[in-house]
Amino acid sequence: MKRFRIIALLPLLAVLGGCNAVVLNPAGDIAVQQRDLVVISTILMLLIILPVMALTAFFAWHYRQSNTSAQYDPDWAHSTHLELIIWSAPLLIIICLGAVTWMATHMLDPYRPISRTTPGATAAEIKKPLNVQVVALDWKWLFIYPDYGIATVNEMAAPLDQPINFKITASSVMNAFYVPALAGMVYAMPGMQTQLHAVINKPGTFKGFSANYSGSGFSEMRFNFIGADQAGFDKWVADVKASGGSTLGRTEYLDLERPSEAVPVKKYASIDPQIFHLILNMCVQPGKMCTHEMAAIDAKGGLGLAGAYNVQDIEYDKSARRGSDPMVKKSYVASVCTKAAPMGMDVQAAEVTPISATPLLGAGLPRPSMFQSFAPKPSNS
Amino acid sequence: MASVTADASAAEAGSANEQPVFYVTDEHEHAEGGSTQLGFWLYLMSDCLVFAVLFATYGVLGGSFAAGPSPKDLFDLPLVALNTTMLLLSSITYGFAVLEMQKNRVSPMLLWLAITGLFGAAFLGIELFEFTHMILEGATPKRSAFLSSFFTLVGTHGLHVTFGIIWMITLIVQVRMFGLTDANKRRLLCLSMFWHFLDVVWIGVFTFVYLMGVLR
Amino acid sequence: MFENFDLQKAIFGRLSLESIPYHEPILLATFIAVLIGGAVVVGAITYFKLWGYLWHEWFTSVDHKRIGVMYIVLGLVMLLRGFADAIMMRAQQAIAFNGNEGYLPAHHFDQIFTAHGVIMIFFVAMPLVTGLMNFVVPLQIGARDVAFPFLNNFSFWMTVSGAILVMASLFVGEFARTGWLAYPPLSNYAYSPDVGVDYYIWALQIAGVGTLLSGVNLIATIVKMRAPGMTMMKMPVFTWTSLCTNILIVAAFPVLTGVLVLLSLDRYVGTNFFTNDFGGNPMMYVNLIWIWGHPEVYILVLPAFGVFSEVTATFCGKRLFGYTSMVYATVVITILSYLVWLHHFFTMGSGASVNSFFGITTMIISIPTGAKLFNWLFTMYRGRIRFELPMMWTVAFMLTFVIGGMTGVLLAVPPADFVLHNSLFLIAHFHNVIIGGVVFGMFAGITYWFPKAIGFRLDPFWGKMSFWFWVSGFYFAFMPLYALGLMGVTRRLRVFDDPSLQIYFVVAAFGALLIALGIGSFLVQIAVSIKNREKLRDVTGDPWNARTLEWSTSSPPPVYNFAFTPVVYDHDAWWDMKEHGYKRPLSGFKPIHMPKNTSAGIILAGICFVTGFALIWYIWWLAALGFVSLIATAIGHTFNYNRGFSIPAQQVVETERERTALLQSAGA
Repeated sequence: MKRFRIIALLPLLAVLGGCNAVVLNPAGDIAVQQRDLVVISTILMLLIILPVMALTAFFAWHYRQSNTSAQYDPDWAHSTHLELIIWSAPLLIIICLGAVTWMATHMLDPYRPISRTTPGATAAEIKKPLNVQVVALDWKWLFIYPDYGIATVNEMAAPLDQPINFKITASSVMNAFYVPALAGMVYAMPGMQTQLHAVINKPGTFKGFSANYSGSGFSEMRFNFIGADQAGFDKWVADVKASGGSTLGRTEYLDLERPSEAVPVKKYASIDPQIFHLILNMCVQPGKMCTHEMAAIDAKGGLGLAGAYNVQDIEYDKSARRGSDPMVKKSYVASVCTKAAPMGMDVQAAEVTPISATPLLGAGLPRPSMFQSFAPKPSNS
Repeated sequence: MASVTADASAAEAGSANEQPVFYVTDEHEHAEGGSTQLGFWLYLMSDCLVFAVLFATYGVLGGSFAAGPSPKDLFDLPLVALNTTMLLLSSITYGFAVLEMQKNRVSPMLLWLAITGLFGAAFLGIELFEFTHMILEGATPKRSAFLSSFFTLVGTHGLHVTFGIIWMITLIVQVRMFGLTDANKRRLLCLSMFWHFLDVVWIGVFTFVYLMGVLR
Repeated sequence: MFENFDLQKAIFGRLSLESIPYHEPILLATFIAVLIGGAVVVGAITYFKLWGYLWHEWFTSVDHKRIGVMYIVLGLVMLLRGFADAIMMRAQQAIAFNGNEGYLPAHHFDQIFTAHGVIMIFFVAMPLVTGLMNFVVPLQIGARDVAFPFLNNFSFWMTVSGAILVMASLFVGEFARTGWLAYPPLSNYAYSPDVGVDYYIWALQIAGVGTLLSGVNLIATIVKMRAPGMTMMKMPVFTWTSLCTNILIVAAFPVLTGVLVLLSLDRYVGTNFFTNDFGGNPMMYVNLIWIWGHPEVYILVLPAFGVFSEVTATFCGKRLFGYTSMVYATVVITILSYLVWLHHFFTMGSGASVNSFFGITTMIISIPTGAKLFNWLFTMYRGRIRFELPMMWTVAFMLTFVIGGMTGVLLAVPPADFVLHNSLFLIAHFHNVIIGGVVFGMFAGITYWFPKAIGFRLDPFWGKMSFWFWVSGFYFAFMPLYALGLMGVTRRLRVFDDPSLQIYFVVAAFGALLIALGIGSFLVQIAVSIKNREKLRDVTGDPWNARTLEWSTSSPPPVYNFAFTPVVYDHDAWWDMKEHGYKRPLSGFKPIHMPKNTSAGIILAGICFVTGFALIWYIWWLAALGFVSLIATAIGHTFNYNRGFSIPAQQVVETERERTALLQSAGA
């Protein structure tokens, strides 16, 4: 058994030697709190795991067959006291851990606006958050800065100690948006919006990537996350604006959306302000009905039998792009045009109502909805 | 089993001073198919879960019309009521068949079985008519998530009824060939469970899909 | 309609010469190796005139013992394939740094990790578990066969059918490039139009039918066919865990069937369950598949827990500590395993309350699991532990599994999961519980019951080699992955840009090589044991001085298992019999009614394979033909009423007399 334990220790040494464990040494306050939770939970569990491992090794050694001096009691198979202990000891640990989990899950809910930007800071010091809209494309990341009217591909920057509100979606398949140094990951899903609230506290360039396999270009779906002081961030924004890049409009987006791998950094000096809204509702392509519009129609009972034929064959098809001959012809729901809105009913941005930033007071938070942008608006009627 | 248990308890009583009996000496032949009812019941429960998945899917996607037609536009309640009647009647007639089976009367049993099959076929016919009608109106399973889940849920039930009818025909042939043997009786009872189970599922479909769809 | 009628498409569907990947050297070499290997096996069988023997005695057998052995052989063969995938992945990840693309293009690498997961879960772990249950349970409860012997044979061949489909994807077409759970939209037609996902769907559907039926079968067997006197609370723990596992199978696999039907409708008919447009909802798939997927984890690990319970009690020479709490722990795990599925996607944004609910239910599972661990621990306490191979596996399991359990609970804390989800930490965690729990358990079980099944023990030296290679290999292969996870390295990456990570992957690859040596040693162990079988022969039927009923009969047991049905007074029934000076009955034998062999199972499963293949390649006429003949054959089979036969009393007398002679020769 001794040999076995030595072997077990070797890789652990390797772990201790590794000083670039970013999850254990992050640069953003949210990730720091998540790291603390990892450490606390591990210590809590080691309270019971270590004695169990030690006892296992000790019993295995002490009660070995050759040790005839050890007590042998073949019919001893029950002890109410021991049973109480073996059920209640894990129970106690789990009660502690469960309480920690409940609190931490609510405090660190990615949908919850952050209540501090650095350890010990108060809510009053929080700056106005930076809005970043993230789109996972095949196989690169698009970052839209609606406050600054710019967009970038595979590179983003954020000023230190300023809350960042991410709104995340995807163009085709599921991905996960993850910057280990900044905060935990959130899935990016087509037609849906997820959120992440985070803050970066240390300057530097950090790795970001997709943490959910999404196809052949997945391995190189990486980006740089730059944490910079206010001046550095302003300079970065100015650089993007001065880059001479084109406007990110519908056409440019449809071009960008095509699958491509290992894409270099790309900058858009200006954007169509509606673009994220259109991407999220999957109606960048003109003539296609937006999903929020569709949801509003559905909530009123659909478009009746006439609506059955309101479909168009898809002309720009992702399966065709992948070189296949579709067995089933794909199509999409065409938008409904009116005189007032010739491009379909609604292309006005649906601003999501912000969740209260007041600190958590014990009770649960209102459940964040992934579908808020789908909610039917009175303007549709 | 009963005699064996008696053995065991007798042995237990005497175990204090004499050698307990560790094996069954006067073993009776195991009745063949003793576990069939239980096994078939377990299968039905697993089938029930398949329907549960389909119901859950319908529950989630049933409101996603994709700006297309909704239940109100598509469902014809009187037709579905007629359909439901067919299936309910078929369950009753299957009950009559089982009653005849227990009296060992082959011909009336076969007659009731045939009537059950006909009701089942009528049910299927009406369902197919309904499906064709919807598809011709453009409400195909491709049109929206609601229609996908509707056709799959109702269609899976219809597929079960189809297999039930095929099984029923097989059993009619087998009873005619071999008579009401124990094996055939067991099979008839399994099919009976299957058939009533489909009835129960249909009541769920009728309420959850059709009634709630139109009334909502 | 007829002007663009394409004859080749009508006959062969999507299948063409292009579908055979002869331009990929790795695949071509594998294919040739498989062909040569296959030719050698077929040639040998033909040369030794074994076809008739195999067909009559094994392939068409309804004997639960033989079917159990065949399941285990299937699991071991597929282990070789699944492990080949693993070592290819490890090699790729160990070299793909600094702009080196490695030797696997994405197209190939992505198939490999998908196939590795699918094969290891469905065609290695499941057959091993099912095989062990099939072999052991009827013997442990004193029955002569399972409740539905034909169904048992059919289930086995359906599993084989699925396995062959997965293997076929290697040489005809390709396998899925989606990850082992094939999340849509990626697995939907729009993003995976090739045959890969179709192979995945039909292999799992066909094998799934087999698994489900074998679940029904074993539940009915355990509920209905226990020996007189064996109440529920006198069942051996392995039988208890098997019962719970099979209940999980019957309650979980229909969900997999259902969700795969929906996915295949999306792919074949163009419905919109999980598509992006037309109101489809991919999240629905993720939920449904994990409602099956989480119980599946316990389907695999519960029987392993059962094995450890039997092994610990036997080799400590002591009653299992806390039998009752062991049983309740198993039942509690069974129930709770349905309340935790969402912990596989905390990062989907379900909201804090939902996440913490599922996180806490997950943690609660660790309480009964912990109780089980303590029970094994206190079985060792005041025992007299013989460190035979099965016990070594058990101790290795206890030390390894707690680490996996700990990291599992860590991952159940949602905010911690946010930073570790989908990372190599997660990979290390589930390999820690699956290798440390299921694989160690299966090796313990195979070593433990091998003499019962085959008649001689396995060679201990090579067994110990295998043990040490496996255990050390496991730590070398997966501890670096824990570390990499903490460095924020995600799973399924093919190339890396940070050169400082390379050393960890190299260590992991070294670990994989050690495991390869472990597997090699295991194969050598079997060969050496066959060579030395006379020396290792078990004449007593009870080589380990064990405690449960299966050890009361001969090794290997006669077809009918027990000449007389045993009567049970204690959960350690055989120990109880030995304590009370049980004398083997030598007279009064009666004819024994047994089920007859049938070829219906293998034929039906063969038709399923052909139908599945036709559906994958859009060969519609063949699919239709297959479907019709499937139903016709099934109906035809029901016309066979004469499914049993009687073993004459004289033959029983002969068999038992031989055993008496054998026991006397052993000096018993």
